[in-house]
Amino acid sequence: MSDVVGHSPALTAVQRAAPRFSLRDIAVPLLLPLALGLIWEGAVSGGFAEGRLMPAPSTIIATLGELAKSGELEVHVLATTSRVAVGFLLGSIAGVLVGAITGHFAMSRRVLDPTLQALRAIPSIAWVPLFILWLGIFEASKIALIAVGVFFPVYLGVMGAIASVDRKLVEVGRIFRLNSLQLVSRILLPAVLPASVVALRGGLGLGWMFVVAAEFMGAAEGLGYLLIDGQQTGRPDLIIAAIVVFALLGKASDALLAAAAKPFLRWQDSYQKN
Amino acid sequence: MLHIAHVSKAFARGGPVLADVDLTVERGESVAIVGASGCGKSTLLRIIAGLEPPSRGTVTVAGEEIRTPHPMVGMIFQEPRLLPWLTVAENIAFGITSLPGSERTARVQEALDLIGLVEHASKWPRELSGGQSQRVAIARALVARPSVILLDEPFSALDAVTRADLQRHMRALGRRMHLTLVIVTHDLEEALILGDRVAIMQPNPGRIAKIVTVPGDGDTDLARRELASSFAHLSGARNAAVLEGARVEYALTS
Repeated sequence: MSDVVGHSPALTAVQRAAPRFSLRDIAVPLLLPLALGLIWEGAVSGGFAEGRLMPAPSTIIATLGELAKSGELEVHVLATTSRVAVGFLLGSIAGVLVGAITGHFAMSRRVLDPTLQALRAIPSIAWVPLFILWLGIFEASKIALIAVGVFFPVYLGVMGAIASVDRKLVEVGRIFRLNSLQLVSRILLPAVLPASVVALRGGLGLGWMFVVAAEFMGAAEGLGYLLIDGQQTGRPDLIIAAIVVFALLGKASDALLAAAAKPFLRWQDSYQKN
Repeated sequence: MLHIAHVSKAFARGGPVLADVDLTVERGESVAIVGASGCGKSTLLRIIAGLEPPSRGTVTVAGEEIRTPHPMVGMIFQEPRLLPWLTVAENIAFGITSLPGSERTARVQEALDLIGLVEHASKWPRELSGGQSQRVAIARALVARPSVILLDEPFSALDAVTRADLQRHMRALGRRMHLTLVIVTHDLEEALILGDRVAIMQPNPGRIAKIVTVPGDGDTDLARRELASSFAHLSGARNAAVLEGARVEYALTS
């Protein structure tokens, strides 16, 4: 029993439940894209579609194969992924911190939130010239842009979730004389964990979107660069190959995040268990 | 042990909720507070708990004035209010995390024994029944070893059988551990089971209008009659429904 009482709830939850994946979990989500790919492949090879502006999946796979063989794909994937990872880390840390502060302290919410909401409404592309001027053309400005993109959904999700935590649970903390820091760490943050995971997943998705804008700033490598390269050289197969890789990376990173969060959310009394 | 002196409460929006409430509860004594809905009994309990400041007057426990939640005062709410991300054992240990691990474990084990939920220690709150959840809430309050325990309609959401079981259990625990109990309830039978004395509150603004002593020899008929008629009388002028409820209860129990 000391194990149960002595450890943090998060650790206990991890010990209690390791995520399990079945073949069905992997196969079912692939059905739709595979079906669409097969239909398009059939349409092009059957002569129903030209395939010049929208190449057949086999052409795209061949292009990806060439990129992989030459080592280019790895370079571009690594460049983009590392930008998203660092931008996501910075943006989500800032989003959780500022969201927790504004969610918990009404005065800070009144002071900060209107400005942050106004900044949120600024289109991502509007930040580009400013970040280039401030941080230069290299990595810092790209990561800053991604971090901005990640920050807002995380901030909004965490702040909203904290502000709507059940008052009755907070009262339990007050009865046991938790200070503000303990209240945040022992009641507010665990209570908002499910909503925060959703916010983080939303932020990660935006991170993948903002990285394209960031790499349009003038990157020499990255999947955004491949998109520009494909456009300038008139190669739709390259553009679609880059888009496919974006989709795969985005999905894989989201699945990773969801799987990492799952053991911490086993306590949830959800409608849907599977 | 617990001394409430001239406590009044008025909220910024709305009129006075409590006016000049006086009550003294001795160590080991159990006092039930009954009254019509909106008479301020829960507000009084929250003031004793330090969750609300009084507008006037003082609450002291063992000579110490209560302005904020105090380690000598524990509270059990109407709903169990278990933290859903903590297991049963972790919920029980919630208020004693500053204690050394071995002592914490021993206290939680003792509390689990006391409430008969040893085999449920590692379950999530969602896996418990309403009665089991409320037992865990009781254990969570007890492990912090307060001198005074406040209960705000703690069994009202439970079915009759579970309610009766927990009432008996709480009564026994209070006596065994020599706890000072203040129970807010709208159930006159519960007040008689749990209270050594029953304070009847009158609304608009809330004040203690009458205190009925429950004899310790188990013969509660006289107290029951006095309580039901006083309750009906005090509530009746303002609340016909409560009066009718009290009459029915009186008729059923006498």
